[in-house]
Amino acid sequence: MNILELHDVSMIYGQVQALRDITLSVRQGEWLAIMGASGSGKTTLMNIIGCMNKASLGSVILDGENISRLNAGDLTAIRRDKIGLIFQQFHLISYLTAVENVMIAQYYHSMADEKEAMQALARVGLEQRARHLPRQLSGGEQQRLCIARALINYPKLILADEPTGNLDETNQSTVLDIFHQLHAEGSTIIVVTHSPEVAAHAGRTIRLEFGRMLDDSAWKETPPDSGS
Amino acid sequence: MNRYAMFSKIVLSSLARRRSRMLVALLAVGIGGTVFLGMGAVYYDIPRQMGREFRSYGANLILVPAGEEASLSLEDAARATALLPAEQLIGATPFRYETMYYNMQGLTVAGADLEAARKTSPYWQVEGDWPRTDEEVLAGLDIAEHIRLYAGSSVTLEIAPPEGRRFKKELRVSGVVRSGGAEDGFILMPLRGLEALLGNPGRANVVEISIAATGEQISLLAEEIRAVVPEVTPRLVRRIADSETTVLNKLQVLVYLVTAVVLFLTMICVGTTMMTVVMERRREIGLKKAIGAGNRAIIAEFMGEGLTLALAGGILGSFSGYFFAQAVSLSVFGRGVTLPFFLVLLTLGASLSVTILASLIPVTRATDVEPALVLRGE
Repeated sequence: MNILELHDVSMIYGQVQALRDITLSVRQGEWLAIMGASGSGKTTLMNIIGCMNKASLGSVILDGENISRLNAGDLTAIRRDKIGLIFQQFHLISYLTAVENVMIAQYYHSMADEKEAMQALARVGLEQRARHLPRQLSGGEQQRLCIARALINYPKLILADEPTGNLDETNQSTVLDIFHQLHAEGSTIIVVTHSPEVAAHAGRTIRLEFGRMLDDSAWKETPPDSGS
Repeated sequence: MNRYAMFSKIVLSSLARRRSRMLVALLAVGIGGTVFLGMGAVYYDIPRQMGREFRSYGANLILVPAGEEASLSLEDAARATALLPAEQLIGATPFRYETMYYNMQGLTVAGADLEAARKTSPYWQVEGDWPRTDEEVLAGLDIAEHIRLYAGSSVTLEIAPPEGRRFKKELRVSGVVRSGGAEDGFILMPLRGLEALLGNPGRANVVEISIAATGEQISLLAEEIRAVVPEVTPRLVRRIADSETTVLNKLQVLVYLVTAVVLFLTMICVGTTMMTVVMERRREIGLKKAIGAGNRAIIAEFMGEGLTLALAGGILGSFSGYFFAQAVSLSVFGRGVTLPFFLVLLTLGASLSVTILASLIPVTRATDVEPALVLRGE
C-alpha cells in the first residue's frame, strides 16, 4: 500500500521552476533517500511532502488523502497527525528541557504526557538527559531528541532533512541505527541527504537535478504503477 | 501534565528566556499602570480634596425664607441642615439682620452664630478678638473706619425694638473684621446678644452653609431640602459652586489627557517590544507550526505572554500608582489620598486592554510565519 503518491508535481516560484513533473510513490514501511546537489529541489520536494508548501501543479496523496488543495489550517492538522519532522539544525526550543521539547509536540497534537515523553527519550537513549536544556546536550543528543519529538505522535511518515549533516561519525552511526530500528518496526522514512553513505542505508534512492527526478533505484526493480 | 500546565510552562519559560526584553515591556506597562491608577486616585479624590479647599472661600449654599416671609425659624433651618451629610458639612451659620442707630444714622447689625461663622467664613480677618460675651461686637472694616472704632473701643447704639420704647446700649468692640464683602459694612454680634436686645428669638434672615460637595451634589441636596422642608428655600451660591465645577472640569480634562498620552506611549512600547520578540522568534514560530501548532495555539502563546506581562505590570503599577497618588496628594493638598478598590481593578483592566491592543499586530505577524522557513534555514 502506498503511503505517499506524487503525480506530475511541479513547483514554480515566479520565473523559477523548482520542481518539474515529479511522479513518485512511496510504500508504507519503505525507507527512501532523496539525493541531489544544492538547488536540485530536494528541500522544495520535502516541503511539499511535509505539507509545508503546496505544489503549483500536480497532486499529492498522503495516506489516501489528496492534500494538494488543502488550506493552511488543514495542512497543519495533517502535519500534526501524520508527519514526524527531523531537521539538520535540530530546531529545538531553547527554553524548554529535553522532555518538554518532546511534550510540546504532544501538546499541539492532543495532550502532553510526561510518562510517554520519557519513554520516547528512553528509546533514543536520552532518559538521563530529560531535564537538560538543548544547549546542555551534544549535537548527537540534540538530533536524538529531535527524533524523539518526531516519533512521539506515532506519525505515518518520518521526514528527515539531512539528519546527519551536523553530526560526527559516531553520532551519525547512532542516528542511523535508530532509523534502522524504526524501519524494522515498519515506519516509513524519507531522508533528504547529500551523503551517499547515508543514502546507502535506505532501501531506495531517488536523485534530483534541476528539479527533475533523474534516477529511482527502486523503479528498476518495481515501477510505481505496478502497485505495492 | 495537563494542557494548562504545559501552556503555562511554555509561556513562563519563554518570558524568562527573554527577561531583559520583557523587563522593558513590564516596566512600560508598570509605568502606564502607575500613571493610570495615580491619576485615577487623585482625580477620584479631587472633589473631596478640592471641596475642602473651596470651603475656605465661604458658604456655597444658603437657606432663605420661603415665599414672602422675611425670616425663617432656626428650627426649620436645623431640620434642613440635618438632611445634609454630616461628614461633608463644614458648618451652618444663621444671620439675622437688624437696623440700629448711631448718632441718628442707621447701621446694619448682623446677629450670627459667630462660632459657626469661623467655619463657614474662614476668610474673615479679625484684628483684635472674636466676641466672648453677648455684649461684644465685631465692627466691619468700613464702619470701623467711618466711625473710628477699634479693638477695645465701645459703641453706643440706639435700638428700636418692634414692641416697646427705643433705648440705647453701649457695646464693646472686641475686634475689627475685614471680609472683603458686605460684612465690612456691618456690626457683627452674637445672635443671642441680638435676640436679647430685640426679642423675637429663634429667627434668622439667612443661613449660610458650607458643605464639601460638588455643585451637582449640592443641587441634589437642595432639591431634597426643598421637598422635605418647604418652609425654607435653598439656593446655591453660584459664584463658588461654578468655580469649583470649572476647576474640576479642567482637572478632569488634564487627567484624561495625561492618562491617555501615557497609555498610548505604553501601547507603543509594548507593541514595539512584542514585534521585536516576534521577529526574533520567527524560526521558533515556524518550528512550532511545522510540528503541528495551529494559528490559534501561536496566538494563545503570544497573548499568554502579553497578558502575563500585563497582569504583572498592572499589579506593579497599582502598587506604585498608590504611592504616586499619595505623593501628589500630599504635596498638592497636604492630605493623603483614599484609594477605592475598583480603581485597582480598573488599572488591571486597562493594562490588559492596552497590552492586547498593542499585541494585535505582532501576533498577526506571528501567524503569518511560514513553517517552511525552518527547512530553508532562514
